[in-house]
Amino acid sequence: MMRFLQFGWQPAALAAMIPMQPPSASSISQGVDELYYLLTGVTLFFTVLIFSIIFYFMVKYRRRSDKEVPPETHTSMFLELAWTIIPSLICVVLFVWASELYVRNSRPPASSTEIFVIGKQWMWHIQHPEGPREINELHVPVGAPVKLTMTSQDVIHDFYIPAFRVKKDVLPGRYTQLWFEPTQTGVFHLFCAQYCGANHSQMIGWVYVMTPADYAAWLAAGEKTESMAQQGEQLYTRIGCATCHVPQGNGRAPSLVGIYGKPEKLASGETRIVDESLMRQAILTPNSVLLPGYAPIMPTFQGQVNEEQVLQLIAYLKSLGSPERTNEK
Amino acid sequence: MSTATMDLHDSPIESSVNYLNAGHGIRSWLLTKDHKRIGLLYLATITLNFMIGGAAAVLMRLNLIEPQGALVEPSTYNKLFSIHGIIMVFFFLVPSIPATLGNFCIPLMIGARDVAFPKLNLLSWYIFVTGSLLALYAVLSGGVDTGWTFYTPYSSTYSHTHVIAAALGIFIAGFSSILTGLNFIVTIHKMRAPGMTWFRLPLFIWAMYATSLIFVLGTPVIAITLFLLGLERILHVGIFDPALGGDPLLFQHLFWFYSHPAVYIMILPGMGVVSELITAFSRKKIFGYGFVAFSSLSIAVISFVVWGHHMFVTGQSIYAGLVFSVLSFLVAIPSAIKVFNWTATLYKGSISYEAPMLYALGFIGLFTMGGLTGLFLASLATDVHLNGTYFIVAHFHYIMVGGAVMAYLGGIHFWWPKITGRLYPDLWARFAAFVIFIGFNLTFFPQFVLGYLGMPRRYAMYPAEFQVLNVMSSAGASILGVGYLIPLVYLIWSMRYGPPAGPNPWGAKGLEWTTPSPPPTENFEAPVVVTEDAYNYPTAPEKAHV
Repeated sequence: MMRFLQFGWQPAALAAMIPMQPPSASSISQGVDELYYLLTGVTLFFTVLIFSIIFYFMVKYRRRSDKEVPPETHTSMFLELAWTIIPSLICVVLFVWASELYVRNSRPPASSTEIFVIGKQWMWHIQHPEGPREINELHVPVGAPVKLTMTSQDVIHDFYIPAFRVKKDVLPGRYTQLWFEPTQTGVFHLFCAQYCGANHSQMIGWVYVMTPADYAAWLAAGEKTESMAQQGEQLYTRIGCATCHVPQGNGRAPSLVGIYGKPEKLASGETRIVDESLMRQAILTPNSVLLPGYAPIMPTFQGQVNEEQVLQLIAYLKSLGSPERTNEK
Repeated sequence: MSTATMDLHDSPIESSVNYLNAGHGIRSWLLTKDHKRIGLLYLATITLNFMIGGAAAVLMRLNLIEPQGALVEPSTYNKLFSIHGIIMVFFFLVPSIPATLGNFCIPLMIGARDVAFPKLNLLSWYIFVTGSLLALYAVLSGGVDTGWTFYTPYSSTYSHTHVIAAALGIFIAGFSSILTGLNFIVTIHKMRAPGMTWFRLPLFIWAMYATSLIFVLGTPVIAITLFLLGLERILHVGIFDPALGGDPLLFQHLFWFYSHPAVYIMILPGMGVVSELITAFSRKKIFGYGFVAFSSLSIAVISFVVWGHHMFVTGQSIYAGLVFSVLSFLVAIPSAIKVFNWTATLYKGSISYEAPMLYALGFIGLFTMGGLTGLFLASLATDVHLNGTYFIVAHFHYIMVGGAVMAYLGGIHFWWPKITGRLYPDLWARFAAFVIFIGFNLTFFPQFVLGYLGMPRRYAMYPAEFQVLNVMSSAGASILGVGYLIPLVYLIWSMRYGPPAGPNPWGAKGLEWTTPSPPPTENFEAPVVVTEDAYNYPTAPEKAHV
């Protein structure tokens, strides 16, 4: 209840008892709301129009005697075309508006901070690259774009923050991504929006949007953990990746230094960008993404590393440098 | 009242030979090949199904009065909404108008003696009953908790409930849909009376034809999908579960390839009924016959290529999203054309307000709102926020309940005098129509707001700030529930005590009103020849300025 009071509802048109408007707290939420109001306007206009005409006709043309005979009216091509073309034009405007906004809202800015999410029945497991882990809570700084890379350990979930107007399914066996830029500090609902079994309605949490200073303090205050990349590096050594993937490239397997973000031609002839999904695939089903000139000798790590460890390995591989980030450590 | 009742026993209904008294005893019903009796068998079956699905809805709305759940455990709540969805969609709405009113009316409206394949028609009913019983078994033996959408891998690997029984029930009932669709298509092609050309067909027939096409083309896909689901669940063949090497989104593509057209299986027949009601009670020819008829067919065709709008937030590509969005806007246009043509039909009509007309007008209003709120979901940017929330629940209930169920009840009230030969008390019927309209809006309008606020659907518990709107919705549901019970009482009452209706109590056009009520087993006493267009109501000479 305190959390609810903390951010509060915007001044509602009706009594405070009936909320009409969710908090609007991300860089895209205003744009989505504007489209929502436009759609509400279109809906109200046509609903009122149809209801008014029907009521008018109901009264004006009510049957006064059982013997009355109505005049003939002929189908009007002008009217038929009018009520085909006008709604079509309205739909074109709505489609273009909504699609442009959607495409714009779909692309995470390059400067986004990356945070990782693993959904499982019935909790959200969140992993910051700096090391801290959270359960059913997500701490983020205000005013900076955040990109979530998400996967599920079991069934399909859906990561939904109503105040940010963002939602994306969280699927087993692959990564989906979602981004947002919070514009105000506060505490906001996090819901699972895809039915996932018995305790689906308890797979909920809170997003804490903090000032950058508070966020830095929060990161520092947590239990001292190694970063995801450091944990990934230890795992990399422990499960024996390093024996074949020699950095100099003269091992039995290709060097993994600087491959992130680069296009790579596979033995199948297909060229793919080395992203999180491809790395995950290479760890779990290596023979499906062989490189030319290398024998299919890598064992699968399916069942030996969990989703969290896969993410740590990926974080480590990304820390080995990428074309854009060769100057970074 | 009692003297009127006494008189009834000497009424023409009792003395005439008609389809109701042509045979006696349970055997004469269970072995009937008469399309009218089979329509009534379906009516009884789906009414029972509706009551089971409705009872689940009552328990759900009771539970949602309290944020922490007022009544049941979350796992029980999950079973309630799954049962509600499965029963209402597959065992009530899909067969509702086609199997009852379609069976009863199609031969009568085209001047035929029966449907093309009467034995197949009876077989369809037995298949449907078998499917219904399996679904009922799934409910009684502990329920199923996957939702009516059966999303994988939850349904195929993780759920511990009676998924197979429920899916098998739907699989079997699907064959009833296919056979009924096949029967109707052949009947409409081959059994029309002399002179009943395609463009003289009542629009209800056009709507049933479009619906039958979807039955025949779409139902096999859901059957295959559920078969694959069973294969993965029983034999662990990796089809949908990534842990077995499958693709969980493949299921959603296959499921919605049927289930989006299935929405039009539910609404197209309603549109057909409304075209009959609007013309009959305004004594007017339908405005824009060709536009209304072809909009039914274009809806049936486009409905097969919009399934991806259920999957905008699954991570499908932006370009797929754009294509499905534009197609979803496209399917809105023929629906808008229909609404405008119905409204224009009222112009200068002679409008009366018996109960069926109130349902028809209620349909137009609620379907308009349901259709327009669909634009929020066809729009990509707003769908991201609203998908999976109560906004969706409100939207599709405006279409399926505000639209399809209102039309179904309107049709039942319209043809009831033809079916039973008796009139029901019109005042009670109008009262029930009002109660249903008010109860419906009070139930589902708050859910639009809840969805915009961000409350996800299928939540057994919810944050406290959503409580007021949920209580409003539950209060509306109690009114709606009463509204549905009233017709059940007076319609059953009228079967014995209603005054005789005569062949044409509404003064309506259409072949079914030219034969006695109830009709004889062979439908018409003399061979039918059609010489005029549909809805050929008498008209006064035109005034110069019109």
